[in-house]
Amino acid sequence: MSLNPGDVGAGSVHYPLADQIGGLLPAAPVAEGAAARKIEGRSPWRLAVERIRRDRASMISLGVIVVIVLVAILAPVIAAVIGHGVNQQFRTTGLTAVGQPVGPDSTFWFGTDDQGRDILVRIAYGTRISLFVGVIATAITIAIGAVVGLAAGYFGKLVDTLLARLMDLLLAFPFLLLAIALVSVFQPGLTVIIVVIGVVSWASVGRIVRGQVLSIREKEYIEAARALGAGPWRIMFIDILPNLIAPIIVYASLLIPLTIVFEASLAFVGLGVPPPTADWGKMISDASQYYANGAWWFLVFPSLALLITTLAFNILGDGVRDAFDPRGDQLFV
Amino acid sequence: MNTDLSATPQAPATDADVLLRVENLVKYFPVQSTRLIQRQRDMVHAVDGVSLEVRSGETLGLVGETGCGKSTLARCIMRLYEITSGRIVFDGQDISKLSVRRMRPFRRQMQMIFQDPYGSLNPRRRVGSIIGDPYAIHGIASGQERKRLVQEVMELVGLNPEHYNRFPAEFSGGQRQRIGVARALAFRPKLIVCDEPVSALDVSIQAQIINLLADLQAELGLTYIFIAHDLSVVRHVSNSVAVMYLGQISESAPVEQLWGHPRHPYTDALLSAVPIPNPDQAARRERIILVGDVPSPISPPSGCRFHPRCPKAGQVCVDDMPALSPRLGDGPDHLAACHFPVEDGEDISKARPTIGAEERIIEPGVVSGS
Repeated sequence: MSLNPGDVGAGSVHYPLADQIGGLLPAAPVAEGAAARKIEGRSPWRLAVERIRRDRASMISLGVIVVIVLVAILAPVIAAVIGHGVNQQFRTTGLTAVGQPVGPDSTFWFGTDDQGRDILVRIAYGTRISLFVGVIATAITIAIGAVVGLAAGYFGKLVDTLLARLMDLLLAFPFLLLAIALVSVFQPGLTVIIVVIGVVSWASVGRIVRGQVLSIREKEYIEAARALGAGPWRIMFIDILPNLIAPIIVYASLLIPLTIVFEASLAFVGLGVPPPTADWGKMISDASQYYANGAWWFLVFPSLALLITTLAFNILGDGVRDAFDPRGDQLFV
Repeated sequence: MNTDLSATPQAPATDADVLLRVENLVKYFPVQSTRLIQRQRDMVHAVDGVSLEVRSGETLGLVGETGCGKSTLARCIMRLYEITSGRIVFDGQDISKLSVRRMRPFRRQMQMIFQDPYGSLNPRRRVGSIIGDPYAIHGIASGQERKRLVQEVMELVGLNPEHYNRFPAEFSGGQRQRIGVARALAFRPKLIVCDEPVSALDVSIQAQIINLLADLQAELGLTYIFIAHDLSVVRHVSNSVAVMYLGQISESAPVEQLWGHPRHPYTDALLSAVPIPNPDQAARRERIILVGDVPSPISPPSGCRFHPRCPKAGQVCVDDMPALSPRLGDGPDHLAACHFPVEDGEDISKARPTIGAEERIIEPGVVSGS
């Protein structure tokens, strides 16, 4: 007959509902009770968060990013406080007698650009473009890549062959050239840029997701889901996708700075958001001719802005990856 | 170790009793070729003509060495694999070739418990979600109602319903196996295929899970197919047992008849390998040691597949595959596939095969020493 080892432990809980089911005596879990309830399990997410909080570099980067985000949000406030509009040209105070940009002084803390506009204010507004494009384009990239990767990995056979070859094809193109071609065709604009960057970059995410799915697909819990009668889409999004969240987050945090630079590169070659919108890449591009004439501030400050932003996201991305995978071997199945 | 012979032979199963009937099930896997275009494929003969019956309310034990095809057979029955040929009749209905959609209602009546308590639960989902999956998939209940059903079944298997929101990593191996059982029980199915449910657990926990399964069977009228390689466990839980070797059933019988009167030499050898706790008794027992390894399922031996290792092999064993039928006057429930079945009291460790070493092909091209 049934052994009931749980009866031996102190404080074994009595389950009234179980009694109603005809006197089945379950082997009660050992010593559950009020004391055990206080011991809360820590989910993998909490562990990751605790790890990243201990990483000084990541926390500093996070702080920097917070500042950058605040600057982006408060750009109009900054402009109002300083008293200079973002596209306001100061032809008298902002340009020298011969029409050259004015260096950093008490009025223009970062100097002016070739049209007499306040560089500080323009950098603040440029933050908006960079962050907006960076985050949204990354989101699109991840979305497309994850869905395609899931489908390719799970369905296998013909679907996988087609999609995998498509990804290989896309990866064979140099990103920037492809983006330049597409943006030229569709005329530069904020939406076009975001969509083009998303469409050009998704293949690398798709590849990684596909690889993960191929190994997760063989796990027993997927077999169990099929035995329960789950359909393929349910298995993909409810069973497989949660196991991909960690690698996806890591990849996203490393992808954002890439996207920001990508957008700046497009602007640098003249395919960014149309002027007069403030944009770091455009500013760097415009500044290159003035650098030789001694207007170093025009080049240096936007470059620094780009550098600091990218660096902060990169360091945070590394920290996120280490937080999820401290031993460096568990993240990718 | 003779059991009493007062166990009456069981009457032949009527169709009303039989919950699951498998007829000549064959499952071959193509060997993956690295060539772009595969030509003449080698096949892994994972399951090669298995027929069995399971009666409602009973437990069929399925034993065999690793690689004999038991797990493949289980998954074929569950339609997780497409079968190569054969028939599966569940509750009177042929489910061998049903499409995924037509198969879905049957999945509420036949479920599976997996071997690995660590791998069979999705580590990123909460336990309540895992156990509630069947309800979600079949659109049965939602929200509070689903939670109530899940907690009900958690109590049924001996889990604390308050752990509804925990992750599998927070449970022990035995508790995880209970979660697996709970998930299988969601719809109170008729048939549960247990694929080595206790192999990965400590012996003490094994006892708990086995008792749980027994209690559930008594309470809910479940039918089990219990796959294991631990003969003592199988003896404890089963009503009848089938022994598999290299994709085929070599012997099947009611459990005490199998232990008391094994007919197939392979069965005899397996039973002699079961450890006996009493060291004096163990020392006195004659072990039957089989020569050689299990042959490759890609090119199984001709005739009786066991002949390369069989102490009683004869020429007819190389030429003809023996049919699975009653031998030596046994009842219709005790079937063995053997040309030279083991008589009561015969000690086959003293037997010598009547075919020479040259004819005993263990690996194609490799000759055994005897």
